This record gives sequence, structure tokens and C-alpha cells, in this order.
Amino acid sequence: MSKHKSSPPDNSHGFSRRSFLKGAGVAATGTAVLNSGLLGQASETHSNVIGPDATSIALNINGSVKHVPVEPRTTLAEALRHELHLTGTKIVCDRGSCSACTVMLDGMPVNSCTTFALDAVDRKITTIEGLGDPEHLHPLQAAFVEHDGMQCGYCTPGMVMSCAALLERNPNPAAADVQQAISGNICRCGTYPKVVEAVLATARSRKGA
Amino acid sequence: MTPVSQETQHQSKKQGVKDESKTVQKKAQETSSAAPPDSRSAELLIGIPGSRDGVKKIQRNVPADEPPQLPPNSELKVIGKRVPRYDGALKVSGAAKYPSDIHLPGMLYARFVNATVPHAKIISVDTSAAEKHPGVKAVHVLQDVLGQAELQDKAKEVPSRYPIVRYAGQPIAAVAATTPAGALEAARLVKVQYEPKPFVVERAKAREPNAPLVFPGPAAEKATAGGGGGASDVPQKGNVRGPNRGRHDAGPKGDVEKGFAGSAAIVEAEYRTQVQTHSALETHGLVADWKPDGLTVYASTQGTMSVRDELAEIFNLPKTKVRVFTEYMGGGFGAKFGASNPGAVAAHLSKKAGAPVRMFCDRKEEQWGTGNRPDAHMYVKAGASKDGTLQALKWISYGTAGVGTGAGSAGPAQNMYDCPNLLVEEYDVFTNAGPGAAMRAPGHPQGVFGLEQTIDALAEKVGMDVLEFMDKNDRSPERREERRIGAEKFGWAQKRRKPNSDPGPVKRGVGVAQAVWYRINSMDSGCEVRIHQDGSVEALSAVQDIGGGIKTVIAEIVAEELGLQPRDITVRVGDTSMPPGPPSGGSMTTTSITPAVRNAAFKAKGRFVKEVASAWRVPAASLRVADGNVSSDSGKSVSFKQAAGAMKTETVSATAMRSPEYGKRDMIFLGGVQFAEVAVDTETGVIRVERVVAVHDCGRPMNILGLESQVNGGILQAISYALFEDRRLDQNTGIMVNPNMEEYKIIGAKDMPQIEVHFIEDYLARSSTDAGGIGEPAKIPGAAAVANAVYNATGVRMYELPMTPARVLTALGKVKQGGIA
Ligand code: FES
Ligand code: FES
Repeated sequence: MSKHKSSPPDNSHGFSRRSFLKGAGVAATGTAVLNSGLLGQASETHSNVIGPDATSIALNINGSVKHVPVEPRTTLAEALRHELHLTGTKIVCDRGSCSACTVMLDGMPVNSCTTFALDAVDRKITTIEGLGDPEHLHPLQAAFVEHDGMQCGYCTPGMVMSCAALLERNPNPAAADVQQAISGNICRCGTYPKVVEAVLATARSRKGA
Repeated sequence: MTPVSQETQHQSKKQGVKDESKTVQKKAQETSSAAPPDSRSAELLIGIPGSRDGVKKIQRNVPADEPPQLPPNSELKVIGKRVPRYDGALKVSGAAKYPSDIHLPGMLYARFVNATVPHAKIISVDTSAAEKHPGVKAVHVLQDVLGQAELQDKAKEVPSRYPIVRYAGQPIAAVAATTPAGALEAARLVKVQYEPKPFVVERAKAREPNAPLVFPGPAAEKATAGGGGGASDVPQKGNVRGPNRGRHDAGPKGDVEKGFAGSAAIVEAEYRTQVQTHSALETHGLVADWKPDGLTVYASTQGTMSVRDELAEIFNLPKTKVRVFTEYMGGGFGAKFGASNPGAVAAHLSKKAGAPVRMFCDRKEEQWGTGNRPDAHMYVKAGASKDGTLQALKWISYGTAGVGTGAGSAGPAQNMYDCPNLLVEEYDVFTNAGPGAAMRAPGHPQGVFGLEQTIDALAEKVGMDVLEFMDKNDRSPERREERRIGAEKFGWAQKRRKPNSDPGPVKRGVGVAQAVWYRINSMDSGCEVRIHQDGSVEALSAVQDIGGGIKTVIAEIVAEELGLQPRDITVRVGDTSMPPGPPSGGSMTTTSITPAVRNAAFKAKGRFVKEVASAWRVPAASLRVADGNVSSDSGKSVSFKQAAGAMKTETVSATAMRSPEYGKRDMIFLGGVQFAEVAVDTETGVIRVERVVAVHDCGRPMNILGLESQVNGGILQAISYALFEDRRLDQNTGIMVNPNMEEYKIIGAKDMPQIEVHFIEDYLARSSTDAGGIGEPAKIPGAAAVANAVYNATGVRMYELPMTPARVLTALGKVKQGGIA
């Protein structure tokens, strides 16, 4: 079981040496460690294993560094929601098939429910909260409000993130580009037409500006 | 098409709207037609502007203290315009806290233990290992399973310490632990021993004489808020419950056999629809916080009050000791009324652990057991005379709501067209599958899939354009006008060709289908409006906003009444400590709550004006509140805010409830007509819906922007139902094979057609706002319109949903029958 907040937040490498991987867990979590380039960091602290208990890592979220206790199995979505209470990011299917949990990693939209928190170390994470807040909406968010690109709103943060990432890589999308960009974002309320309107309007007003 | 009252009284556990027509029937006796003694006669505007009959004035009794009728929308400042969503900025920025986002100090995370078999007696539940698991604070074994039918005579079943498992996935126990992962680990440590029983998961098999029995005797579903279902007092034989012959007043009439004998054209066919799951993005669940002085819950629900009532009843608490918050919620579509299993279990766990407990279903659990639209197998026969007058309609349908009831589909057959000879029989078939629940227009998308294809076929047989056939047999003035507008916007006259007109492999065609729904309202609809000394205004009600945008509409009404803008109004809803609010189901939210809001705003304005008048030492009658100002006949004019500063006390406030619908207690209908254009690739069997034009009525439209969104949603859900969605159970294991969001296919953005939505204004002189709902009618006709368009494209009719490529190729004769699942 995790013992949260047991690691000092000033741990320079973001790791506790207290915990060791045991048994069959090694192979699976080892992959995550390798992929994230953490192994090297961990060995500097004379420990080449982390987990299964919680370890504090540093995540660069919305421009500031947050120390978060995570287990090797903790997904980025879980870390954001349960540990940091950044609940704008939703978990809906928890297996990569709905995009409600979309965040940006170094500007690329990813499903945070199928990304290990460990894999997000050393990367720039942008969540919906980092795009704009209610008093200072991102122009895309403002267009979502104006065009009613939401109903219940539960898919909306993921939808906004997918569209924001699209506008980053293509400031001048056609309707079909928007449909492609949100083709993985499931909306049960049926907001797709108004989402497309909102994105096209944002692109138009940026061009005009 | 005959009188039934549509007003509902709030009663504990009677809020479910699983089968709307049944709810309506039950409530019919509860209202009297006597006008209240303190009423006045008013001249009221009625009719559809721009339609054949236009608008006229009628005289009707209204309660004495009702505000004057609002003028048509064209004369209003806020109502009926395009008003952005009240909470839009919070939703798009992730700041809106949904129940599943709530985090309380010390909160525990709970998980269910679910049945792994579809039918069994539970021998034992061993929770000892789970209890010892680190971080586990409470374990609960269910004594009751909510939201499904129950055996009437318990003596018919061998006694069991635990509830009988009747479908795979049924909740058995639950654990609460300090982390989500810990709860999941502990749930896996609970050992359940089963004594398996024979089971059946297919509707057709369950009807066979020697089929395994889901219930060993007659079963019925309690009218729970979770969506209690079918008609009561119908016979049951084996797994088959019925017939239900329809509402007492819209049921059988005439003699269908005579009607068929007198018909020049007869069509007869069987139609089948599949089980559709609600698949709301936020799953069922809540956070329960049991404290010595009462229970507080944050629930993802369509009915704050029904959650409160159900929890109060389960825990034997007064209603005042249960408080439910639903500031936001991530979709319901009919399946989220009561506390249901997650709610009851979370409260038990919180009580045991002495800590708040978060219990939300995971996606699998959501798919298995939290509700679905029952399937249907409909036998339809209809006859018309040479001139296209409907003579007889016979409707026999079987549907399965799994271990629930309410799988009827005859509502449209009974209520859409005039037909002198009508016979309907609806049967529920029990299967070992998760219980059905109300889903956006229960029974109606199914029924319209059969009915509107029948009408299309019958019109063709008598050689009439289907719109002309509808004009002849449909008395609804709303749909008449909607057909006229829709045909023009869609270009029906140019686009409608003979079936199978395209020579190439990709064939285009167009079709039309209609909706019928009912203007239902809940009398438990109240609102308080407060005007404060600083000029700020707030409106309060227990009603919840499920995404339909009622917060925005409430702000509009108060703003309109007080001469302000919607942004000037603070709306606080989704809290049972406020005046009662209706459940959001059956398209009843707007119908129900808006008159209460207006009545409260009107009263509060009266008190406000009195205060200002006395401060100004002028007669109240000389003051006007408009355009952000308060002005007097004497020429004084100050801002609303400044005027409020003159009030003697901090706040003036008024609370009002909804009045009964004005006029006769008869059934009021909602309509809607949708036109679809499709392209069918006859080589691959793929259907693409290219364009939909929808024309709808909802009384007085309150917010065009929000209404468009809801109609878009209805159309997209209908296309998804028509082409993709299908809950599949493995008949060998009884287990759902697609309890997720990738194999349970929901329409995506690339499948959406071009959609055009129009509304008519339909003044009915029934309430102080005259507003109606749109959620259900928007969902009803889409699948049928697509099916009719596919017939028009190919000349081949599709009798079964979803219209997958395999089914299309089979229907076209390109794949042998039986080659499909
Ligand atoms: S929750 Fe991550 S893709 Fe569905
Ligand atoms: S707005 Fe409800 S799921 Fe998209």
C-alpha cells in the first residue's frame, strides 16, 4: 500500500530509496522506468529500482513543478486527479478508447489514462486547467462557450485539449481536420457539430486578428 | 390520442420515468379537473405563428396569482434567444466539479465485487482476506439489489442468505480503502461461492416453453426512482410477462380484423431492435459522507430528490437528514434517478468506516448493470383504404429488459396517427441480463423504427407521397407545420426519387420519420428568487442540470422578468435543501420548473417594487422594472442596483411552486419531424448518413442555442443506434462481450452528418412560461428516418438494427442469410 507524502519533496531526483521492486513486478515496471529514462536517475541515488510502494516524483505541470507520490502502476490521469486534484482531466473508459483524459505532453495530445505518471517525468504536461481558467479563457475555450460546444460537459476538457493541439499544429483547419482530430473523443451528448463550429470560429478569428 | 393528464405528484419512490406512458397512466387519477377557487379568467394567446391556423386568443381560467402571459418570443428580450451556457466557462476550463471530482478529507475509495456468473444462488461470501488487506476500512455485503424486478412470492424460491444472482456483473459486495488501487486489490480478495443455475440471455430462447426461468414465479419491478418499469397487474407465464394492452384510453379500439377487411392496401412485417446502453461518460456513483447529524451525498444523478428519498427510506432517516448535491453531472439519459446500488452501498460503507466514501462504477460495471434500452421484436400490420386513410393497425411486441421490466414499444402506434381500429399487445421477456432503465424516450425509438417504416411502405403501396399520407392521417398541428417547413428546407420534392434510382454501386436516398412524445410535468417544482440590497439576484432550486442547460434557462427567465441580463443572475441548483425540483427525465425539466421560476421572479419583483416605492414615497403601480432600470411615472429612473439599495432589509425573496397546467386535463403532445439523406455503398454495405434536417416543437422555445445542442444530441444518438451500437452477451457464459467503449461502438465525429435544426413556436396557453422539453422527441425519429432513406436508396428494407454492413449486404442478397451474427 502506498504511504503518501513519505518522501521529502526536496529529494533532488524525486525518488525514495526506501522501496524496492520485488518478484514479478520487475519486468513490467522496469519497462516504464526505461522508457522514461528514470533508470539512470534512480541509479545515481544508489537504487536501481522503484516501487511497488509510492515514490515521490517531480512533474512539470502547467508551468510549475509538482511533487507527486506515485506507484509504478499509477497512470498520469490518476496522479492528476487523485493526488493533485486537477480533476478537469476525466477518466471515462480508463483504457484509451474515449480521449476524455487527453492532456498534452510536450504539446502532443495523449491519453493520460494509458500513460504512466513515471513516463511524464521531464516532460511538459499541460492539462485543461493550464490552458485557461474561467476568468482568463483560452480563445478556443471562449469559442466553445459561445458556440455551445458542450452539454453535460464531461467529455469537454478532453475535447478542448484535442482541438487545442490541432490548432497548434494546424492553425487553419478544415472541418474534416477537426473531425479527424476529435475522432477519438467520444461525446455521448452529441456535441460534435458545435465543437467543429467552435474550432473553425477560433481559427477564423485568429486569422482576422 | 385521447385525454390523459400529465401532471405528476412527487411521491417517494415514484419519480422514475422508465416507461413514460405508464407513468402518465398512473398519474391520471391523481389530478382533478376542478379549477382552483381563487382563479381568474384570462385571455391567452394560442397557436403556431406562421402556420396554417396561425395564432388566436382563447379564454382560460388561470390561478389568480399567476403572472400575465408572456408575449410571443419576438417581443421578449432574453427568452428564446441564443444564450450561451450559464456554466460554460467552468465546464470548458475543467473548473466545474462533478460528483466524481469531489475530494473530501479522509475520503475512501470503494469498489464492487461483481457476480461472475449469470444465474446462481450464493453459498458464501468470504471477506476475511479483503478485510485484512492494508488500507481497507470497511466491507459491505449487499442484502438488497436495487433497480431490478423482484419475485413476488418469495416462497417460490429456495431461501437464500444473499440475493440471488440473476445476471453476470450483479453487485455482491463492496470494499472501501484508502486508495483506489487498494480497493480494487481488496475487492479481488473477496471469495464468492456459487451454486450455479441454468440461465438464458436471448429473448427468443427465453420465450421457449422449457427455457430456464429467470424468476421462478411472477416478478415485478418496484416503482423505484431508479426506473421501475412495466405495467403492473399483467399475467406472467414462464419468462414472458404480458400482454399489456396499452393505456386505458389509447389502448385497443374498434375491430382490427374488420379494418383489414376494409383495407385496399395492407403491409405486414416484423422489425427488430437491439439493446442500447446509456453509456453516459460519468458513470453511476456518488460520494457519501455519513455524519452523526445526517448523510450528505454528491451524486451523479438526474433526480436529486429521488436520491434523497431513496436513501432516506433505506436508512430510515427523515428527508431533512439527507442532503444531496448535484452541481454538475456527466450525463444520464434516463438511467440515473435513484441512489441505486452504488449510492446505497457508498452510504453503508461510509457509515461503517466513519469516513466519506467515493463509489463510482467502472466502465464495465456501467455497461453490465446500470441500465439499458430494452430490445424489441415487433410484429406490425397496417391497412389503408385506396385514398390513403389508415384503417387498422395491429402491434404485437416482445422485448427484454433483462431482469427488469418496461420493454414495451407500442407508444407511437397508439399516439401518432388517427386509426379507427387499433390493437396492441406488449410483452416483457425476462432474461439473465442487466436490467433495462428509462432511456431517452423509452420504447419510442424502437416503436417508431417499426411504425414509420410501416407508414412509408403503406404510402408507397397506395401510391402516395409519404408526407401526403402523413398529412392525411396525422392530426397534430405541430407536425403538420414541421413537415411543411422540413420538406422545404430539406428539398424533399427534388430529392425524393423512386427507390433504387442510382445506377452505380453507391446509392443515395432520402427518408422521413416523425416523433410523438408527451408533455409531462412534475408538480414538485419550486424555486426561490432573492433580490439583495446590492442589486444581486439569485434563483434557487433542487433541480439538477444534466446537460440540457436548465441553469441557463432559469437565469433567462429571472432576467426577463426583472429587466436584467442572464449574467446578472446567480443560479444555485442541485441541492435538496432548496425548494423542490423535478427529476430530469421524460423531457419534463423545462416544462416543470420554468413556470415555478417565473412565478417566483414575478412575486419577488412585486415585493421589490413595493419596497422601492415605499422608499421613494410613490405608488407601487407607478414603477416599472425594465432594461436594467427602475423608473417611475414621475420621471425618476435609477439602475436596478441603485434601486435595490433603497430596500429596508437585506433581501426580498419569494418562493413559488408550479401551478397545474391551465385548461382541461388532457394529454398534450410533443412532436418533431426529421428528414435524412443517406449514401449506401452496396459493395461494402456501409451506410453513411450525409444530412439530417430536423424540425421540432417544445412549446415556447426558451434558448435556441441549447435546444440546437439537444437536438444534435438526439440525432447523433439515433444514428449511433441505427448503425453501430449493440450490447452483446455471450450465450454460453451469459457475460457481456463488449462492456467498454471500443467494441460497444458509439458514433464518433467522423460519422456525423451535416445537421440542420429548426424550431416552431407553439403557444399552448398552459403555464406561465408555456415551455416544453426536447430531449426525448429529438431522439425518437432518427433511426427510422435513416432506415426509410436506406430503402429509398436501395429499394431494400432494413428490418433490424443496427444496420451493420453485414446486415445491409445480407438484405441486398450479397451475403447468404445466417452469415451474420
Ligand atoms: S479515459 Fe483515457 S481514453 Fe478513455
Ligand atoms: S457533453 Fe456530455 S459527453 Fe460530451
